Amino acid sequence: MVFSITRSLKSFGKFLRRILIRIIEKRPIRDIRDWGISYSLWPAHFTTACCGAEFAAASAPRFDAERFGFLPFTSARQCNVVFIEGTLSRKMAKAARMVFEQMPEPKFVIAMGACPIDGGIFWNSYNIVLAHNILPVDVYIPGCPPRPEAVARSIMMLQDKIKKMGGAKYDELK
Amino acid sequence: MMSLNELKEMIEKELGALAFKVDSEAPNLIIINVEAPNLFEVAFKLNHMGFDHVKVVTGTDYPIEKKIELVYHVSSYTNIDLAKVIIALKIRLDKSNPKVKSLVKIWPSAEYLERETYDLVGIIFEDHPKLERLLLPSDWDQIPPLWKDFKIKTEGIDA
Amino acid sequence: MSEDKFMQVLIGPQHPGSGHMRFIVKMDGDIISEFEPDIGYVHRAVEKIAESKRYIQIVPLVERPILADTANINLGYILALERLLGIDAPPRAQYLRTLLAEINRIHSHLYGLGIHGIMIGSSTIFMWCFADREIWIELAQELTGARITYSYMIPGGVRRDLPNGFNEKLSKAIAYMEERLKDYEKIFINNPVVTARLIDVGIIKKDDAIKLGIVGPNLRASGVAYDVRKIEPYCAYPEIDFDIIVRKEGDAYSRVLVRFEEIKQSMKIVKQVVEKIPSGPIINESYLKLIPPKLREKAEQTGIWKMPAIFINLKPRKGEAISRVEAGRGEVTHYIVSDGSPNPYRFRVVTPSFRNLIAFKYTMPGHRLADIPAIYGSLDYFPPSADR
Ligand code: SF4
Repeated sequence: MVFSITRSLKSFGKFLRRILIRIIEKRPIRDIRDWGISYSLWPAHFTTACCGAEFAAASAPRFDAERFGFLPFTSARQCNVVFIEGTLSRKMAKAARMVFEQMPEPKFVIAMGACPIDGGIFWNSYNIVLAHNILPVDVYIPGCPPRPEAVARSIMMLQDKIKKMGGAKYDELK
Repeated sequence: MMSLNELKEMIEKELGALAFKVDSEAPNLIIINVEAPNLFEVAFKLNHMGFDHVKVVTGTDYPIEKKIELVYHVSSYTNIDLAKVIIALKIRLDKSNPKVKSLVKIWPSAEYLERETYDLVGIIFEDHPKLERLLLPSDWDQIPPLWKDFKIKTEGIDA
Repeated sequence: MSEDKFMQVLIGPQHPGSGHMRFIVKMDGDIISEFEPDIGYVHRAVEKIAESKRYIQIVPLVERPILADTANINLGYILALERLLGIDAPPRAQYLRTLLAEINRIHSHLYGLGIHGIMIGSSTIFMWCFADREIWIELAQELTGARITYSYMIPGGVRRDLPNGFNEKLSKAIAYMEERLKDYEKIFINNPVVTARLIDVGIIKKDDAIKLGIVGPNLRASGVAYDVRKIEPYCAYPEIDFDIIVRKEGDAYSRVLVRFEEIKQSMKIVKQVVEKIPSGPIINESYLKLIPPKLREKAEQTGIWKMPAIFINLKPRKGEAISRVEAGRGEVTHYIVSDGSPNPYRFRVVTPSFRNLIAFKYTMPGHRLADIPAIYGSLDYFPPSADR
């Protein structure tokens, strides 16, 4: 008896959620949602290599990435962007994957520097991992290290991408 | 103010038969070649002379001679005269069994440098307080990467 | 005492106060009883890769580990290489090298100060330092063409001459910075919150500092007057008048003060360099000969030299060389073993951060958990440079 009630409640909940998603995915609301997501990109505090120095410069006053709603934040649980700042060593790659998995959907990955793309100057090192092997990268920033302007540009590109292709993913619900 | 040669002679006298060759190289280098078993004693004497810290510990692989050369670069902070020179303390170890007594007891500053050398060159330092992997991932199972037979990709036709 | 009394805390690598490393901390209540830094998260095998590269290709490679202080580490490598090649840079080049090294030291210290500030919760100083750092980066950019990865020094000289109007910009920057440092003093150095968190925290005694082989400002803050620029003067330092900043206390606060005063000393050096700089070529004559006369004429007009093609095939003598320079964070040691081929047989670089690593293990125990960022920041540790 109780069992069947909870079950029907559950299926009702699922049904309700599906309807809500349907509504949210409709035009004006979806646009507003994506606009909201694109201006609140919060990367986790996770520095992987030397590009971090330029990333720090990008979030500092001169280049001020915060004007795009881009605020480095402490805990992965409250963030929605992983910013790969340069080389991923084998040890770090595990950590990067963990950080990525801890974050709630929707989440995005920006890979900064030549190293995550194809190894850059360290292409023949025995201890590096390429970013696309472990994470679904949305935007790459070439350069070694990329200038802070390029970091700002990458944020804008990610915003465009979110606005065009939709920010949220509902894989597990569909 | 001591010249490089005077210092070299002083070291030669101090070490006596323990060191089998002492060289000097301008502008500031004195190279002491030592047999592996004497290393600890030589280090002890050098420390007594005022060379109080280790700058670099390097292991170099010589595959043809089947040897690994271990170099300690030491110098001084307290004695201005000695601070001007760097001593290279060299020993050669068998590649099949690269074991040597750790110098951490004499120079605590060698702790991480030795640990790194163990990690990357595979030299085993006996009596080291914590001889574990440092830079490489803990599940590393190949030969030490700084051996010459550990090949990495290179540019050119074989890339 | 049972084992359960201790709690193990793992901090990092994804943590605002850890950088690219992990701390394995054993806690007894709120007191640290054992502290083990777990590094290697940025280990990219610079030493191994260097063996597969030509000597000139290593110049950008050695810069990558110390991205915040590239000029000094580059200088150290070039000095070691020049010792092997048996050449020297002409006087003007020596002054230009000193100029860039000091500009770099200033913005590297500002970087350290800013990061330390945000670690102990003072965002203002982070913002200020990083904003003012850009001024020095821009000066260096004018000189070299790159923001932070300069690759400015090459064997036998430097790549570019002083650009037009550099001196005015430099004196403006110095005047601005001198004013600014007074503000820094008010809001950071003399701030009661900062002093409360840093004074008598993380003390490294003089004997311990020597025993552990600490380097750089951390060593000088413990009362050891060791600065490679004075002990073994290189480049233009013998002709320049500056002081070594030494403090006795050895706590976190004194390390900050040493760094802070060194910014002033660096500005003093920079001022003298542009005053005293001699005229003349910027690359060694033996390399200059190899440049075709037409190119040379053009280069003399623009001040931008194209590297002679011989650089790709540099073959130093057989042997070994060691060099040391005083980088922003401390002494960098380069050791090259050459077998006479165009690639080094063994390349070894020991960076200041790696030498300072040992300080973590021996200073942290006995402090509270909340002191970790205060001490960590004060050591000005840059993880990629330690891991290489
Ligand atoms: S791209 Fe360049 S700066 Fe960035 S992590 Fe790689 S080597 Fe360092």
